[in-house]
Amino acid sequence: MDPVLILDGLEKAFGGLQVTSAMSFSVEQGQLSAIIGPNGAGKTTLFNQITGYLKPDRGRITFYGEEITGLTTEQIVARGMGRAFQITSIFPEETVLDNVRVACLSRLNQTRRPLKAVSNFKEATDKAYAILESLGLKNHSDRLAFELAHGDQKLLDIGMALGLEPKLLLLDEPTSGMSPEERQLTRDLIKKLWKEFNLTMMFIEHDMDTVFGIAQVVRVLHQGRLLAEGTPDEIHNNPEVISAYLGEDLQ
Amino acid sequence: MADTGRYKDLTFWVLLLLIFGLLPLVKTSSYQLMLANHILIWGMFALAFNMLFGVTGMLSFGQALYYGLGAYSVGMMVKYLGQSWFLPGIGLGLLLAALLSVLVGLLIIRVSGVFFTVLTLAFGQLAWQITFRWYHFTGGDDGIQGIIPPGILSDRTVYYYFTFAVVVMSIWFMRRLARSPLGLTLRCIRQNPERVHFLGRSVRLNQLGIYMISSILSALAGSLMAGVDYSIHTNMLYWTTSGEVILMSVLGGIGQSFGPFIGAAVIIIIEDVVGARTEYWSLIIGIIMMVMVILFPRGLVGEFRALRSRLRSLTVQKRG
Repeated sequence: MDPVLILDGLEKAFGGLQVTSAMSFSVEQGQLSAIIGPNGAGKTTLFNQITGYLKPDRGRITFYGEEITGLTTEQIVARGMGRAFQITSIFPEETVLDNVRVACLSRLNQTRRPLKAVSNFKEATDKAYAILESLGLKNHSDRLAFELAHGDQKLLDIGMALGLEPKLLLLDEPTSGMSPEERQLTRDLIKKLWKEFNLTMMFIEHDMDTVFGIAQVVRVLHQGRLLAEGTPDEIHNNPEVISAYLGEDLQ
Repeated sequence: MADTGRYKDLTFWVLLLLIFGLLPLVKTSSYQLMLANHILIWGMFALAFNMLFGVTGMLSFGQALYYGLGAYSVGMMVKYLGQSWFLPGIGLGLLLAALLSVLVGLLIIRVSGVFFTVLTLAFGQLAWQITFRWYHFTGGDDGIQGIIPPGILSDRTVYYYFTFAVVVMSIWFMRRLARSPLGLTLRCIRQNPERVHFLGRSVRLNQLGIYMISSILSALAGSLMAGVDYSIHTNMLYWTTSGEVILMSVLGGIGQSFGPFIGAAVIIIIEDVVGARTEYWSLIIGIIMMVMVILFPRGLVGEFRALRSRLRSLTVQKRG
């Protein structure tokens, strides 16, 4: 089967700073992969280019056989890309249910309907509840999103991306700011969601237990370049990666 | 949550229908009836403005443009073609507002925040200047007098019920919209526009849509007003008219579904009561606004609700 996503020679500079250079890799259908690298390695910038938030200076991005370089975020999302954010990005004054439901409505192309009450859109509502159930947030459905604890807000963010039924889901540091217990739970949850929703998933993460615990493929970014790509074992034993990023203590 | 929201709305609906529906039946002077008519129309205008500001987060300082457009559509039709063109004039105003709001909207929704606000003000003042200077066509500073609704609508009470029905339908439409997927999307745009992009929805298109809806309803308010006062004036296009709906909305509470309507009622009543005693009524409004913004930022309706829920939790504590 053709890869879901192909990056081919992506380049991006902010002024004189090269944040992405000669970036090429492809993501296979159904893959659960991680992107790691020190701060400033260009991880989030890469996600921004894949999702059309930033335009690469050079190179091509192909999503399900179609070139998406230069398309807007809306167009790329409409083609099946979902994204959750490092700094939680939710609608704080709406209910937890509506945060996910608006994503489901968007997927069903019903966000322009001006008269019928949101609660009467059964398909979107059922789907939103199902997602909240999988995330363990169903009990909080009627609360306002800003009232949730930080960890739950991060899950809600993921839930909104799931509402789009994405073919490819990008998560930017899903466990950042969480306690070790929450991290463990989130790690299990990501794996569960990946299986339950048959997702192709790529996540950026600093927590090595999460990365090496669940990823099938790990890609290491360093100074805007792809330093290494391989199974967790291969990455773990890669001398270049160790000297650049992981450090001796992981040996 | 959803159910309490419906309940709160219900209280307002009952009060609105009872007070304004029965008002002509009790002994009211024609002046009082006109005042009630003003409250209805300004309330609707303020609610339409708040669809932009409170809901979507677009502070327009130029809705007088559409309010005046509606009024002048009716006024000029009656002036040049005769009284029977009153109702077609309303239709024309709605049509022109729809067209103009798309054209202006396409130009100004590209910018956001204070730049958007300044541009709305600029377009509004432009329209005011044109109307003011073009004496031969618009009547300039003299305005247009003698705009009397045709047929049975020329009866004060009938016209009152006519505007009452139109206002109720418009408010009903706005409340439906607030609960719909479109309303939810608009609130999401105010809270986090970036995330809306990542849900695959265009922020600009939605903003253009609500700018159009709000402008059409503003034009409707203006055209109805022409038949209440029997006259129109360039002041309806002036920036102070745009400012007035902002004051009404802030006073009543921009985050509250019916706040702007309550704000409109309060301001009109203050203008009337204080205005009868002193010409410095705008000073009183100014002081009230300062106190509200500094001490009660949630507006009258918002603060009232907060107070009620605090009292309720107090009584629960006592019982517990």
